[in-house]
Amino acid sequence: MNIDSITNGIVIDHITAGSGMVLYELLGLATLECPVAIIKNVGSKKLGKKDIIKIDGETEIDFDLIGYVDPKATVNVIKNGELVSKRSIDMPEKLVNVIKCKNPRCISSTEQELTQVFKLTDKENKVYRCLYCESKA
Amino acid sequence: MRSVIDILDLTTQEIDSLISTAEDIIENPDKYAHKCERKKLATLFFEPSTRTRLSFESAMYELGGQVIGFSSASSTSASKGESVADTVQVISCYADIIAMRHPKEGAPLVAAMNASIPVINAGDGGHNHPTQTLADLLTIKREKGRFNNLTIGFCGDLKFGRTVHSLINAMARYEGIKFVLISPEELKLPGYVKKDVIEKNNIEYVQTTSLEEVMSELDVLYMTRVQQERFFNEEDYLRLRDSYILEPSKLKDAKEDMIIMHPLPRVNEISVAVDKDKRACYFKQVLNGKYMRMALILKLLEEAQA
Repeated sequence: MNIDSITNGIVIDHITAGSGMVLYELLGLATLECPVAIIKNVGSKKLGKKDIIKIDGETEIDFDLIGYVDPKATVNVIKNGELVSKRSIDMPEKLVNVIKCKNPRCISSTEQELTQVFKLTDKENKVYRCLYCESKA
Repeated sequence: MRSVIDILDLTTQEIDSLISTAEDIIENPDKYAHKCERKKLATLFFEPSTRTRLSFESAMYELGGQVIGFSSASSTSASKGESVADTVQVISCYADIIAMRHPKEGAPLVAAMNASIPVINAGDGGHNHPTQTLADLLTIKREKGRFNNLTIGFCGDLKFGRTVHSLINAMARYEGIKFVLISPEELKLPGYVKKDVIEKNNIEYVQTTSLEEVMSELDVLYMTRVQQERFFNEEDYLRLRDSYILEPSKLKDAKEDMIIMHPLPRVNEISVAVDKDKRACYFKQVLNGKYMRMALILKLLEEAQA
């Protein structure tokens, strides 16, 4: 299957197979006007299978969110058909308004305008906890 | 602005210093009788808790200060939908320090992030209750004379018991501690407390369902109540409520100098007959709680002035 290379935009590569759609949803890519391609289950020497997202247009993306969903992913920025930067994404120490606390006893469940903040408490096991009630994400 | 939301907001050195202040208050109450003159404590109790509120209030009165506040959310603007952030910004205009109890976990942290005066967490749902832990620590110090080399048994509801989690967090910072975790299967200590606190600090621990089997090992027995308000399902509550009832006969193998603690209120988990046993310390805990609250109010007000 061929997807055209892009001129100006972003390629999110090395996404764990199956996480492409999750990222697409969380990054809000459905709202973009430019072409966006999700390629699933692409063969990969490193991962066996991977997903790729190509965004053919200049846009701001939330690197913290990518790091939270899939810290193994890489982000390539393309300008005038050239790769201008390639970065791997680390898990962010803090997530702000990315995910919501599911604990019904948490203050953030009743006070809807509170900023949703999660802190990385165990990097090895990818554990984020709510700033307010310390429940696991 | 310095607030105390979690027992871990205080270093072990600060806890030692609070204990020294509390012991000095016990020895020399007159020295402290006017320390908080012209200062006001606001007790914001969005959930009823008579004993904790009265402890804070009597602590402030004994420091020569005054108290304003409310004892249930129904009489406040919270019932009209006001946010915690707005409430504490308003209260910051009237008082010098806040003690807050709230049914929602994390509410006192939100308060501390928005108030311009110190906030003390007086209990947030099943989450934190640092001043209870301070009361527990002073009790252990006064009754056992040390914080290291102790075998501490926690018995009852270790799942929802916030006082247990807080005391484990506090005691995990001392040397030679062993925890004995006694509970029914359904109310075992949450995995994250075991992993993030006990195992991370390489602390020896035992999990068991039998109190009698481990009684002879214990230096401290911390009993807890199975709290009805933490259950969504009354059937589960009724089934687990009577899991452990401490009666004089169960103490026959206990050490002579073991101490029995309980954060109170109790329902039936400690028989009234145990109250006469010299090892029963739960009413001393209540008094110690007042002294530690006095020490904490003093410390936070002094820091706020500095």
